[in-house]
Amino acid sequence: MKMDITFGQYVEGHSILHRLDPRAKLIIAILYVVAIFLASNVYSFALIVLSAVLITVLSGISPMIIGRGIKPVLILIVFTAVINIFFVRGEHLLVGFYFIRIYREGLVNAAFIVIRIVVLIVCTSLFLTYTTTPIALTDGLEQLLAPLAKIKIPVHEFSMMMTIALRFIPTLIEETEKIMNAQKARGADFSSGGLIKRAKALIPVLVPLFISAFRRAGDLATAMECRCYTGGKGRTRMNVLRAGVKDFVFVIGVIALGAGVVLLNKFAGGFRFGLY
Amino acid sequence: MNEIELKNVSFAYPGDETNPPVRALDNVSLEIEKGSFTAILGHNGSGKSTLARIMCMLDTPEYGSVIIDGRDMTADGITEKDVLDARRKVGMVFQNPDNQIVATIVEEDVAFGCENLGIPSAEIRRRVDEALETVGMTKYARHAPHKLSGGQKQRVAIAGVIAMRRECIIFDESTAMLDPMGRREVLETIDKLNEEGITVVLITHYMEEATRADRVYVLNDGRVLTSGTPSDVFSDPETLWNASLDVPQTTELLYKLRQRGLDVPLDVFDPEKCAKVIRDALKKKKTADGA
Repeated sequence: MKMDITFGQYVEGHSILHRLDPRAKLIIAILYVVAIFLASNVYSFALIVLSAVLITVLSGISPMIIGRGIKPVLILIVFTAVINIFFVRGEHLLVGFYFIRIYREGLVNAAFIVIRIVVLIVCTSLFLTYTTTPIALTDGLEQLLAPLAKIKIPVHEFSMMMTIALRFIPTLIEETEKIMNAQKARGADFSSGGLIKRAKALIPVLVPLFISAFRRAGDLATAMECRCYTGGKGRTRMNVLRAGVKDFVFVIGVIALGAGVVLLNKFAGGFRFGLY
Repeated sequence: MNEIELKNVSFAYPGDETNPPVRALDNVSLEIEKGSFTAILGHNGSGKSTLARIMCMLDTPEYGSVIIDGRDMTADGITEKDVLDARRKVGMVFQNPDNQIVATIVEEDVAFGCENLGIPSAEIRRRVDEALETVGMTKYARHAPHKLSGGQKQRVAIAGVIAMRRECIIFDESTAMLDPMGRREVLETIDKLNEEGITVVLITHYMEEATRADRVYVLNDGRVLTSGTPSDVFSDPETLWNASLDVPQTTELLYKLRQRGLDVPLDVFDPEKCAKVIRDALKKKKTADGA
């Protein structure tokens, strides 16, 4: 049986976001996070939300998939919202019932924080995980951090390790299944008993898996040596990343967004976000 | 001109407290001519994989010399760079297709070797496309390797070697883990490469695969038991049987028929031709008996 293992959450597609240079996407993601954290009033938050909607539309990825991405942090979102609603003290008391005191500032803060977390997750994953393959991301990171090699940081080695890890994940998953089936055929029981019993049952799976992983590592090292691999020095690449007009447009767009946020913070009124 | 020449090579794996040292090769000499197809036969533990590792300079022999393309790689003063240069000439395809693919995309993996050599990007692109075309994997250029079949993976590994423009490729039991389909695909590719002038060294324990070679070396317990053309080597099945090796099924059949007094040659390896030879011999016998 061939499994279809997708790493991360990459969604196949040909949108403009998919086609951006991974280096540009990394820079954009970082700048975007900064812009999100700069926003501090209703208008700048509105601008952020608007831009997030725009990015979602551009990516062509269905809101269903994006919704699934938020699910794991739902608890965190609800928790921070509740904390803000009940514990922020302000000037405008809305509900005063025994010890429960809800202020308008608390509600505003909760709303802002929820928006912040949601936009943060949606936009970073739209730029990085949904529209960029892990391998492109690794490549982008390697080339973006290449100058660090000058101060003896092994950038190429790290990216090679990442690439090999990504390459072997499906192979090792397949192997794990094989070993588990083999142990099941000999009467191993992986699905009953308590946590400790189940963990113990996995030992006969992990031992052969590790042994074979080490053997694979040895084989791979030999094969790489045979193919003249001597580390990052003097290496060229077949696919060289080239930043195009659209990449610059996007980076400038995000910078403009940040500037817009700062301006709106300064010159527009409305509800403010902050700790009271 | 010889691509690879081994002279009186001996090699032992060092032992430790619990295991004595293992002598893997004992005074092995062989010559691999440029553009030829050589098969190296032997059962498990006969030293054939060690031989491959020495020909690729992954191991250095204890005694004896390894001469690659006229250059003695065991001489004094051989540097790391010389070894790298020699490795550009001799490539290897291993047994397990999974453990030699580095990248997560087929064409990236084929490019890996060229990237290591520092070849300009446009040239790599050209070579990769060409290599994929040669092994018939162009359609799968953008696929993930783990979704391919064993034979396809092995062809990707071969493409990676030929993209580096190697003169000689050593196949270290590259068909052993494949199903019959995959084996046929890989063997067809090997034949094609040899026709294009690449020196092929096929290490195997399938006797049938060795029949396509120009020259066969049979290894047993680290020594060369016998060598010659496939017809020479297989015309003496007793020697091979004594070394607990097989001969091709056709040879075995013809040999047994001959013992029963049927006049047939031994060096017919193709089943169809073998059948014809037997039919002719039977006809001849019949007329002789009738007369």
